[in-house]
Parts: sequence; structure tokens; C-alpha cells
Amino acid sequence: MSISGAPIQTEATTTDKGLAAQFLGSIIRSRETSIILAAIILSIYFQSTAPAFFSQSNVVNLGFYAATTAIIAAGEVMVLICGEVDLSVGQVYALAPFIMFYAHRAGVPYLVAMAVALLMSACVGLINGVITVNLQIPSFITTLSTLFLINGFTLTISGGFPVQPNAPAALANFFGVNALSQVIWAVAIAIVFQFILVKTRWGMHTIATGGNALGAAEVGVRTGRIKIGNFMLCSLLGAFAGILDAFRIGSIDPLAGGTEIMFMAIASAVIGGTLLTGGSGTIIGALFGAVVLGVLKDGFTLSGVSAYTFDMILGLAILVTMFVNVRLSRLRAAGGGR
Amino acid sequence: MEALRTENLSKAFGRVVALKKASVRLEQGEVLGLLGDNGAGKSTLMKILTGFHRPDSGRILLRGQEVHLRSVSHARALGIEPVYQDLALINELNVYRNMFLQREIRSWGPLGILNDSLMRSKAKEHLTAMRVNIPSLDVQISKLSGGQRQAIAVARSVFSDAKILLLDEPTAAMGVKESAIILDLIRRLKDKGEVSIIVVAHNYAQIFDVCDRINLLQNGEISFNSRTSDTSIEELTRLVVDEYRAARERVTNT
Repeated sequence: MSISGAPIQTEATTTDKGLAAQFLGSIIRSRETSIILAAIILSIYFQSTAPAFFSQSNVVNLGFYAATTAIIAAGEVMVLICGEVDLSVGQVYALAPFIMFYAHRAGVPYLVAMAVALLMSACVGLINGVITVNLQIPSFITTLSTLFLINGFTLTISGGFPVQPNAPAALANFFGVNALSQVIWAVAIAIVFQFILVKTRWGMHTIATGGNALGAAEVGVRTGRIKIGNFMLCSLLGAFAGILDAFRIGSIDPLAGGTEIMFMAIASAVIGGTLLTGGSGTIIGALFGAVVLGVLKDGFTLSGVSAYTFDMILGLAILVTMFVNVRLSRLRAAGGGR
Repeated sequence: MEALRTENLSKAFGRVVALKKASVRLEQGEVLGLLGDNGAGKSTLMKILTGFHRPDSGRILLRGQEVHLRSVSHARALGIEPVYQDLALINELNVYRNMFLQREIRSWGPLGILNDSLMRSKAKEHLTAMRVNIPSLDVQISKLSGGQRQAIAVARSVFSDAKILLLDEPTAAMGVKESAIILDLIRRLKDKGEVSIIVVAHNYAQIFDVCDRINLLQNGEISFNSRTSDTSIEELTRLVVDEYRAARERVTNT
């Protein structure tokens, strides 16, 4: 199985070129290559300017940051491939830990409380999807309103104050206090969702829905269901990322996440090679997109660039990566790739 | 044997009468060419046959049995398969995945994991049998030419056990070379005789090339019905020119 898009079948082309050459060709053609290269080049650059870059504490820091963004980006990519967008996921990120906290305070064990939080978050996705599909309101508008709604709701139930989950250590470790566990979660989620995208019927129908909604519907694909399902997945992953961070930080903040983390997730998806127009995307790409954003942020901080300058550089970096990506995908298209 | 027959199908949209008493007969294994001016009612007739519109009056008989087509999927379940002008192909998916869209072969049922190698080999087998030449089954549909895309759309419909194919202007906006791919395909399907086909077309030369019979639809009625071998391009042209003159006179007299 290749990493992205539709799988490349080997028997078709092995006749005229060697396996190694073909493998190399598929790597060059693959959508993720440019973003992985960018991550490597940036890491080398920052290591050379700030030797602390590859120190253990910094890598841990970077891992936390990239992991959270990557988990949210995985869900966002699914929604983007459908040709929709979810702006509310950052607010679900903030809401879910509170639901877990209050459910636990009401007397249920942490794992159950977590399940309740995930379930209710999936309901937010359901609402986003049903409004978008059945009332035919653009998802930009739908999720913009749920963004404000959920933000207000979280602030109301929390009274605007952070709370402490005080979860048992084993549970907290499993769900993210340990940097390694959070990174493992992010990588596992990215691999599972990439698999869903390229190798399952759900993924194929998701691509079909975003690629040609009318055509897919004419053939009998239930495009409405696909969209609603992916909105639910996106909210679910946003909630899960929020819960992981709540365990890690040891405090649940009603103002955590929000639009910043949502935009970071969308930026990761887009610089990773997902189209905003739908029909095409890669979750592994988004994972590395999150790494690149993390490296940029972290690297500039280490190099002593101020936060103000950082945002300017980040904006430029997104533009440049996009420019390079567009160029590369044109090259791929001309080269007869997928 | 008769594959499909309509009796006095009528359909009006508000005050616009799109179809009045259209009676069409399609024999088993036959290719019927449906000609007509824009607005003559071709699309309305086709959309009734695909189950998209319901007729105001008249009957549809499928292999002698009267049917009431409730929806597109109902018509499809009965073996009436439309090939839409937009082709309903997904640019981002490769050839065999498009051919199996919504009929995917899965390995572990409930998980819905796709069995790509089996879909690929079946698609290849089927396309080879239909002698549709595609450079590679692994390329995205967007990389193929208009003729190849149309051929895949037709092949997909035939593959899904279609008994009656409805082709809506299959060679519209296509060059001669591209059209040939489709016309050859239609001819081969005709030779096999398993499906019956209605082709809506503008191009008389192509109609004469592949069709067994020609129906001319004028002002919502079938005004002309003849075997291709019993008529000529000249006769058809004369009929259409006459209609045009009559229409001109009506306009100038009022």
C-alpha cells in the first residue's frame, strides 16, 4: 500500500522498469514527499542555528505541540476532502475535557466520563453535519456559528475558570502526560485514518463525495451520510486531542485551543497537501504539516525570534510551502503521476 | 422480443407541454437513435425512462410488463441504466475504483476494506472483453481523454447488469477520433445483443453508423419511425428542414 491517494499496483508497471526505480518514482510522485523534506530541512537548519533544538526537553515540547495539532488535523482532512470545513473543532477541543470533568464529578469513573465526553462531542459533529447537509447551509457558516455557540457554552458551564482533573497517574500517563504516549497516539491515529482514507469504502466514498458530489449521488453514494459521518469524526478527534492535553497539562482551561488550534490544524492539512476544494487529501501529509508548523514555531522561539515576528514568518512560510506544493503537484501531473 | 415500450407518454411542466403521447418501441438487442431539435422532448423522455420524472399519463412496459418507475434507483434495479452527460465519474479516483463505485468488492465485509487487486483484475477482464483500451487502470480518471472516460462510463453501466442503456449525447463535444471509441463500443454491444440501447444524438452520420432504427421526436411527439436501412440522411434532413420552415411560417404569420 502506498502512503497516499489510490494505491499503486505493482504488476502494472514492473515490466518496463526495475522495482527500485519504481519505488523511487512513487516516492517522488507521492504528495507527502515535499512536506517531509520541508520538515527535515527545517530541522537541520534550526539545529545548526540553535544547538538546543535536538535536546530532549525541546523534542518533547515539539512532540506535544505537533501531536495535538496532528490529531485535530486528521479529522479536519476528512472534512476537507468532503469539500467542507469545520471551524468549530477548536471549541470542541476546549469543551470535551469539561464534559469529562463534570461527568466524573457526578460520580462516574474517568474512562466512562471520557466516553461520555467523546460521545457528546460526536453529537456536535452530528449537528454540524445535519445542518450543513439537510438545511444546505455552507459548512463555513454552520461551523462558524457552532464555534461561537460552543465557546459560549464552555465559558458558561465553567464560569470562565479552569479546573483540575486530578486523574489517576496511570490513566494520565496512558493519555498523554508522557510525551511519547501522546506522539504514539498521534501517529497511530494518522496511520489508521490514512488507511481508512485509501483502503476502505468509507474513504473512497469520502473522496467521491468531495470530488464529484452530483456524480457520486447519481451512482448511489449517500453523500449526505458521508459528510455527516466525517463531521462527527472531526469533532471526535478534536475532543480526544482536548482530553489528551487536559491530562498532560493537569488543568482544564475554557479558553484552551479555540480558533488558534483550529487554524493550525487546517494549516497543517493544507501545507501537507490537502485541497480546500475537496476530493483530495492526505492525513500522513497533515501529520508532517503539523510537524513543520511545530518545528517553525519551536525553532524560531529557540532562535530568539519574538512572537510578533514569528506570526509574520509563519504566514510567509505557509504561503511559500503552498506555492512549492502547487508547483510540485503540477510537475507530478505533467509527469503522469497519480 | 420487445425490451421496452412506451405508450402515449405525456408530460407537462406547468403550461409547457414537453411530451405529448410519445410512443417508442425498443427491441431486445436493438440500438435506437433518438433525434430531435432542442426542446423537442428528448431529455424529458429520457428522464421519464430513468425514473427521474413521472409521466402525467401513458404507460411504460418493460419486457411486456407495465412498470411504474418510482425513482432513479428503482429504474436501475430493473436494469435501466442511464449514462449521464456528466458521466458520474470521480476524477480523483482511478479507473477500476470508478468502475466499482458503490459496488465495491470488500475483503472483511463490515470493516469495508477494499479488495483493490480483485477489483482491478475484474475491471481489466471486463474492459478487455469490451475491447475498451485504457493505457493503465491505475491512473486517475482525470488523466483520460473524453472518449475514454465515456467508454468507462458505458462499460460501468453494462458491467452492472444493465438490460437497457440510455445514452444521452454520448459523443457531444468530442472529436472524430474520440467519438469512434464510443461508436465502436456501441457497435460491439449491439453485436453481443445482451443490452438494448437508446442513443440521443445530434449527429446524423453517427446515428446511421450505429443505429438499427431511428425515431424523430418533434414537438413532443414521435413524428418519424423507420429502420435505418429504409431511410437516408437526405430524408431525415428534409423532415427537419420542413419542420423548421413550418415553424418559421408560424412565427412570421403571427
